Amino acid sequence: MAQADAESPVVLPDDPAGGPEVQVDYPGYRSTRWRVAERPLVTLPEEFHRLDGPVFGADAVGELDNDLTRQHPGEPIGERIIVTGRVLDEDGRPIAGTLVEIWQANAGGRYRHEVDQHPAPLDPNFSGAGRCLTDADGRYHFTTIKPGSYPWGNHDNAWRPQHIHFSVFGRQFTQRLVTQMYFPGDPLMEYDPIATSVRDPKARSLLVARFDLDTTRPEWALGYQWNIVLGRGGSGTTPLETGS
Amino acid sequence: MTLPRTPSQTVGPFYSIGLSRDPQNELADPADPAAIRLTGILFDGQGAPIPDGMVELWDGVGRRWARSGTDGEGRFSFVVTKPEARPGEAPRFDVLVFARGLLKHELTRVYFPDETGANAADPVLAALDEDGRATLVAEAEDGVLRFDIRMQGDRHTVFFAH
Repeated sequence: MAQADAESPVVLPDDPAGGPEVQVDYPGYRSTRWRVAERPLVTLPEEFHRLDGPVFGADAVGELDNDLTRQHPGEPIGERIIVTGRVLDEDGRPIAGTLVEIWQANAGGRYRHEVDQHPAPLDPNFSGAGRCLTDADGRYHFTTIKPGSYPWGNHDNAWRPQHIHFSVFGRQFTQRLVTQMYFPGDPLMEYDPIATSVRDPKARSLLVARFDLDTTRPEWALGYQWNIVLGRGGSGTTPLETGS
Repeated sequence: MTLPRTPSQTVGPFYSIGLSRDPQNELADPADPAAIRLTGILFDGQGAPIPDGMVELWDGVGRRWARSGTDGEGRFSFVVTKPEARPGEAPRFDVLVFARGLLKHELTRVYFPDETGANAADPVLAALDEDGRATLVAEAEDGVLRFDIRMQGDRHTVFFAH
C-alpha cells in the first residue's frame, strides 16, 4: 500500500493502466492513508453480486428538489446553470427511475455545513442539495448555481476545482456510484489529488461535464451535459478466494 | 458497444448536506417487537473513530436499503428487521462504507449472531478464516447488535472487491 506522508508528491504522473478505477490509496490525497480498506480485498464470484437494488417511488423526491435555486424565498447568488445528462449502463441502456442526489458548495466556495470554516459567506438562499429520479430515458435534470472553488487542508495552498458531488443508485447494489462532476477548462484539475487519483487521463475526462449551447436557456442559464455510466454489476469473476 | 464507466470519487466531509437530509436509518418501526437495533463504530487504521463516515445497509432479497452517518464518536446506528436469506446462504446485509479519504466506497457484510447453523453453512463465511469470519458477525450486546467496522490493522474487517 502506498504511504501518504508530508513528503509524498501531491500529484502523480498520468497512468492509463487503471482505466476507470481510482487509485484508492493515492498518496497525494492524505486522508486515504488511515482509511482505505486493508488490501487485498476478498473476491466473490459474480453470482454473489447479482442482487437487485431498491425501487424508488415518486414520493422519494419533492417537486422542487431538483431546482436548487428555488428552495428559499430569495434567489441564490451566483451563475445560474442547468446540469443534465443520462444515467446509463455500460451497454448504453438507460437506467430509469433511479435516485440521483447532488450536493455542492455555494458560489463563494462555502458548504452549508458546520465543519466548513472557509471564510467565504454563506448564502441564506442556498442549501446546496438536490435530488431527482431519472426519467424513462435515464435522464436527470438539475438547475443550480455554479459552485465556487475553495481551499482545503490537504497540502500547502490546496484548492478544490469547482465540482458537484453526485450519488447514484442504479439497478443493482454493485452499480452504486458516488462521484464528483467537474467543469470544463478548470485550471485547478491538474493540481487536485482527488481528481488525479483517476490516473488515466481519458477516464478522468469522463468526470468533466460538457458545456452545451443547446442545453443553455437564452437569457436564463448556461447548460452542461454530463452522462453517468454505471458498471454492469459484479466485477468479481474468479472463484471465491481470500486474498491473504 | 461498451461505454467507459464513470470513475468513483470520495463523498468528502460534507456529504451530509445531500445524503443525510432526512433520517434514513430505520427499516422497521422501533416499537415493532421484531425490530433489531444494529449499531457500531467505524474505526480508521490508527484505531480512531471516523466521525464523517456513512454506512449503508442493503437487503438484496427484500430490495430495502438504509443509511446512517457516523456521529462525533464514529457511531452509526440502524433499526432493522432481519433480511430473508437466499437459498443456501445465511441472512445478512451488504454493507457499503463511505467516508472522506475513501475514493471509492468499500463493501463488507453483516451477519447475525443467532444464526449459528446458517452462518456455518454460508459459502462466503465458510471461505474465510476464523478471524476474518468473526469480523462479519455482529455481537449481541444488551439487546443491541454491535457491529464495529475496522478499515485497517490486525483486526481489520473483511472487505470484498466490487
